[in-house]
Amino acid sequence: MGVRLSELKKGQSAVVRQVEDAHPDDAVARRLRELGFVEGEPVRVVATGPIGRDPILVQIGFTRFALRRPEAARVVLEGVAA
Amino acid sequence: MNAAAPALHVALVGNPNCGKTALFNRLTGGRQKVANYAGVTVERKEGRFETPAGRSVRVLDLPGAYSLDAASPDEVITRDICAGRYAGEAPPDLIVCVLDATNLRLHLRFALELKRLGRPMVIALNMMDVARKRGIRIDVARLQAALGVPVVETVAVQNGGAAALLAQLDGAWPGASAATTPGDTDFAADAGQALHAQVRALLAHAVTMPRATSAIDDAIDAVVLHRAGGLAILAVVMFLIFQAVFTWAAPLQDAVTDGVAAAGAWVGGLLASMPLLQSLVTDGIFAGLGTVLTFLPQILVLFLFILILEESGYLPRAAFLLDTLMFRAGLTGRSFIPLLSSFACAIPGIMATRSIADPRDRLTTILVAPLMTCSARLPIYTLLIAAFIPRRDVLGVFNLQGIVLFVLYFAGIASALAVAWVIKRLRRDKSEHMLIMELPSYRLPSPRSVLVGLWERAVIFVRRVGGILLALTVLLWFLSSFPAPPDGATQPPIDYSFAGRIGHWMAYVFAPIGFNWQICVALIPGLAAREVAVSSLATVYALSAPNEDAAATLLGPAIAAQWSLATALSLLAWYVFAPQCMSTLAVIRRETNSWRNVWIATGYLFGLAYLASFITYQVARALT
Repeated sequence: MGVRLSELKKGQSAVVRQVEDAHPDDAVARRLRELGFVEGEPVRVVATGPIGRDPILVQIGFTRFALRRPEAARVVLEGVAA
Repeated sequence: MNAAAPALHVALVGNPNCGKTALFNRLTGGRQKVANYAGVTVERKEGRFETPAGRSVRVLDLPGAYSLDAASPDEVITRDICAGRYAGEAPPDLIVCVLDATNLRLHLRFALELKRLGRPMVIALNMMDVARKRGIRIDVARLQAALGVPVVETVAVQNGGAAALLAQLDGAWPGASAATTPGDTDFAADAGQALHAQVRALLAHAVTMPRATSAIDDAIDAVVLHRAGGLAILAVVMFLIFQAVFTWAAPLQDAVTDGVAAAGAWVGGLLASMPLLQSLVTDGIFAGLGTVLTFLPQILVLFLFILILEESGYLPRAAFLLDTLMFRAGLTGRSFIPLLSSFACAIPGIMATRSIADPRDRLTTILVAPLMTCSARLPIYTLLIAAFIPRRDVLGVFNLQGIVLFVLYFAGIASALAVAWVIKRLRRDKSEHMLIMELPSYRLPSPRSVLVGLWERAVIFVRRVGGILLALTVLLWFLSSFPAPPDGATQPPIDYSFAGRIGHWMAYVFAPIGFNWQICVALIPGLAAREVAVSSLATVYALSAPNEDAAATLLGPAIAAQWSLATALSLLAWYVFAPQCMSTLAVIRRETNSWRNVWIATGYLFGLAYLASFITYQVARALT
């Protein structure tokens, strides 16, 4: 088990290992893969929401996506760097 | 090219935020037909233009999509039309795939997915001006060779920015690309690695990016999304919008009201020989027209701000900041702007829910939007508060009248959150609501896009809502004018009309909440628009007042003498929920494409209004 994107702190970066389905036919996981959350892609947490640090803002490639924590928890990471 | 050839059918396709709509506006000059796709509330935008060589082109602006593996009703439409299997829509002769040149890693993947459909396609690299400024270098020739489809550069926000695309439409015709193997169209199975690997190879081959994001975006986001500062900035922005909606729109609204009234009087004068027709034209048609058009300035000012915020990229940031708060109540961050708009009027608020991707979140937002205290309720609130609530200081700094007004606003917000929460609990489909929201690069809004957007909203409002509202106003005119009072009548004419009879009959139902028959009669014309209830009350109490302000001044003492405090408080509570706004119901019908939702909204608002008034009346009577 690697670290998950939802556990990353603001400013930390890592590399995507995979996106796990939370349940069969997981539309959220599928969409994340389509948006570029695939093996080897670097990600960085740019900002967190003002309430409960949710949602988190993730930079991937040239794009920023806001993800709710349960969505980000599907992304398994490796090589976490501060 | 042959000018007599049938119009070329082009579909603009692309990821959200690729500048597709700006390109559409550039091509068509804003001349467009906006409608809905049959059976759904996805907006269908079609325009026509001629190429420099005289070729006639019919262009469809398809909803933005991230993938052909559709996750929303919008994306289903885009997928089916691109694949040429949407019933009632001819397959496009050419797909123009619009890409944001500064965001190629994401957008190229969709282009590759589209290419697999094997249909004739051109790629438009949009926002090339921004890309150049950021030092992004794209070798278009290499990209075109590698992709195997024509690639042109466009700058949708610049005059002549679509020249290369137009030349492409006039020039050599791209044939269908290489036939695809059957397994190739299985998008879901291949959402992962293969396409992304291709994108990476393409980027390495033809694109140089100095840095992943623009330095300006990083700087602005550091401030705007700051955990404390971000909310403060949002509060200031909202305050400014409120100020503008209520101060800028007011003189325009007065001008519209006066203008329509003057036109009505003039036309009425021409019909002086036919009193019945005259009454229909002035009290029915022109009164209805006035009601429709007085909303327009507020709606336009509000949408001006919303469009500017949307174009600049700030709206998704606001949704980001508020998402958790709204999510706990059963809404989404995206519900915030529509609900805020509803403080001016629920109509633009409900129209603004189109930016909410999840249909369940959108419906909940639409259903609770009428609970936000709209400006049309203010005339009634001010009338009743001035007549019944003493101007007494509370704790030295507050005024009792101000506190009551605040409580009324607060009651609306609190009940909206409560209703949203209840809807969330009742809903059978408990599957996860997706947020996954792109925060696009900041952009200077293009005046052209903002103006075209405003024009679109105005046309939708006047045509769709106006038609229904006008019809109902005429119906209400009929009910309150017939039958005419008998000779020697002592009561005001409305008392003898159908509306008066209905009012007397309604009084039985409304007695437990303290409404007398006069209030019931006033509720009927108030159906068309809430603020009309004030002038209706004036009519019932046989006061001749030239306008609503004067009516309120005369009416205050009259009702203060005749109503109990419990009745007044009960009517205030009624108007917190007050379902009787036909224009809101009409726009719910239009935006959800369902009468069922109209009945749900009417039913629950009516129920809450009755319940709140009942409790208020009975408690107040017991205490006074």
